Amino acid sequence: MLNTIWFALWGLLWAVYFMLDGFDFGVGILHLFVAKDDLERRMVINTIGPVWDGNEVWLITAGGATFAAFPTTYAYMFSYLYTPLFLILASLILRGVSFEFRGKIELEGWKRFWDFVIFLFSLMPAILFGIAFGNIFKGLPFDANGYHGTLFTLLNPYGLLTGVFFLLLFLEHGALWLSFKASNKVAERAKSTAQKTWPLLLIVAGLFLIFTKWATKLYNNYINHPVWFIVPAIAVISLVLIRIFMKTSYVKAFISSCVLIITVVFTGIIGLYPNLIPSSIDPACNLTIFNSSSSQYTLKVMLIVVIIFVPIVIAYQLWAHMLFKEAIKKEDLEDKEVAAY
Amino acid sequence: MDTVWLARWQFALTALFHFIFVPLTLGLSFLVAIMETVYVKTGNETYLRMTKFFGKLFLINFALGLVTGITLEFEFGMNWAQYSKFVGDIFGSPLAIEATLAFFLESTFLGVWIFGWKKVSKKVHALSAWLVAFGTNISALWILIANAWMQHPIGYVIRNGRAEFVNFWAAVLQPYAILKFLHTVHAGYVVGAFFVMGISAYHLLKHQEIDLFKRAFKIGAYFGLYAAIVVFIIGDLHAFEVAKTQPTKLAAMESVWNTEKGVPLYLIQFPDEAHKRNAIQWFGIPKLLSILAYHNPNASIKGLKSFPRNDRPPVTITFISFRTMVGLGAIFIIFALIAYYLIKADRLLDKRWFLKLMLYAIPLPYLACELGWIVAEVGRQPWIVYGLLRTSQAVSTAVNTAQVVMTLIGFVFLYGTLGFIDIYLLFKYARKVPEPATTKGGY
Repeated sequence: MLNTIWFALWGLLWAVYFMLDGFDFGVGILHLFVAKDDLERRMVINTIGPVWDGNEVWLITAGGATFAAFPTTYAYMFSYLYTPLFLILASLILRGVSFEFRGKIELEGWKRFWDFVIFLFSLMPAILFGIAFGNIFKGLPFDANGYHGTLFTLLNPYGLLTGVFFLLLFLEHGALWLSFKASNKVAERAKSTAQKTWPLLLIVAGLFLIFTKWATKLYNNYINHPVWFIVPAIAVISLVLIRIFMKTSYVKAFISSCVLIITVVFTGIIGLYPNLIPSSIDPACNLTIFNSSSSQYTLKVMLIVVIIFVPIVIAYQLWAHMLFKEAIKKEDLEDKEVAAY
Repeated sequence: MDTVWLARWQFALTALFHFIFVPLTLGLSFLVAIMETVYVKTGNETYLRMTKFFGKLFLINFALGLVTGITLEFEFGMNWAQYSKFVGDIFGSPLAIEATLAFFLESTFLGVWIFGWKKVSKKVHALSAWLVAFGTNISALWILIANAWMQHPIGYVIRNGRAEFVNFWAAVLQPYAILKFLHTVHAGYVVGAFFVMGISAYHLLKHQEIDLFKRAFKIGAYFGLYAAIVVFIIGDLHAFEVAKTQPTKLAAMESVWNTEKGVPLYLIQFPDEAHKRNAIQWFGIPKLLSILAYHNPNASIKGLKSFPRNDRPPVTITFISFRTMVGLGAIFIIFALIAYYLIKADRLLDKRWFLKLMLYAIPLPYLACELGWIVAEVGRQPWIVYGLLRTSQAVSTAVNTAQVVMTLIGFVFLYGTLGFIDIYLLFKYARKVPEPATTKGGY
């Protein structure tokens, strides 16, 4: 029971991370295209200024929870996915410092350089997380003798498809965010980007659902317990709702996109159960929530910690989000007490 | 070059690099919170400008501390998978708790602090600064609880081929963890205090913003005197704990080869590892080492020779690092006392030599922090978990030498570049004159 609860929490932490940092990635990629001058680029960056750092902590928590609850999975997941994780790490480091460095020297070339860094190193993790999770859904090539893959094993068609899928999810998510967090022309361009990205997202989401049938065993759980089909169904409905809400309210469209990302992650997670990382060559070696977990004692202690503190975290993060809910306007950028980047 | 050796170098470099930025965050977060609180209480705008001036330096420094911390969490799994598997039941928990209790607090309220000057009241804004400071210090608490368990494993049993928790609180509340925490955060406060005093001294020497920087120097001097004294006292108690729990580390720290009673402390000493003796030992103060290590003049100290060769840590580097750290710790107390006296006597501006000294002293507390970590981690060798798991058995089996070389080169290049830029920016903004109280434009 504890193991299953931790499995759900594990999935939830990753899902919340993608929901939150997802729009940061989208914004980081899009800022080169929806903003035409330095002032507009600053507007874009300042929409995520107060929150990107807090969003990234969900990744650290997801990593820490994997370590605490499923240490064997943590050990294998991180050493098997060595190179993509290093690239993700380097990307997050470069993206993080570029927000701080960019405005600190008043030179056109300096700012343009960091703009490009923000773009490239938002793009890379968006795709790499997709590739990593696509391969986890599919299973990694390991058996009792260890790991038999390389970086190129991960670049299989299904992994790449999931990479593109994640990228489009985050692009749509970021564009919707900018549609109501930026203002004037930037918001208009973001709205148009969100509308143009949506059909692509629809196509790739469809391809993902179809190829999942052939590339993975995720659907077995759904066939055995059809009630769970409700989760992918909500994902599909949210995707359609984004389209509908784009006509009336971009805030509602963004919330639909949040639900979409959460349910997409859970579509995969439910299919994996009780595996955390299946083996693609020897099912007997699958890393499951039972054979790779911590002791019941540790799971219990950590559950108490989570039950007490995560609601507090959610409460003050929501408070902070509400505090900065207003769109960034051009005149705000004149005032460094409002727009610090 | 084998994978163990490369993975150790990678961990040493990434951890020591991370710890260039962390101690200033620990200390300066409190100092900025104090400055802002004085502003809120007195309404004196000088303190607001001071808060913003040092706040900006805090942020430049913080950015790199934050991003380089993620590396370490990933590195346990990437390079040290066997270690992670063996200790995950215990070691993973404080890491997850650190993120949940500390990182969220720190990052969320830092966002409020940076962007919220016009969104929240003065009091809530100052409160945000305090929450950031508590966040960074709570973070230090949990990661040091984790590290203390590697130094002195407790509250566990070996079951299912790994260490499993049986008593969470034993590991969390053990004296080793608490002392290590207090010692480390106070070291960070010394870094912060000397940073504030040093930069204030620079501006005082240039006769700019005399009033503001005299006040800042005063805050730094009071905080610094407190921290320098406490870090030294806790350091002594910490060494006492090391003597009880890690006899090989203590012997290496003091370069004691033979087991003896009532051991003297030699003021000048240098180890000769090849011949298992000291090349030099001059000016011995009778029984002092026994007193320091065990608080008992006749206590017996186990020498390195009484441990099997493959259980001994590298002696020279541990010994030199420890000696230098302690020497620096004493210097900090002297400097802080002079600073305190000159502030009290209002003679700070007359003593230009002292202002210059304090400016050039900025790097010293950083050096002491790095040396402290070298003592802690090299002194624990050859164990990754003292007495339980050897470092050589802890690396990932799925990772080959080429991969570690690639990421090691990647980190050196990445950290080298970013470190250079960050320190350049710190210099640039430390030299600037604080801005007027209300400012428009800029970025």
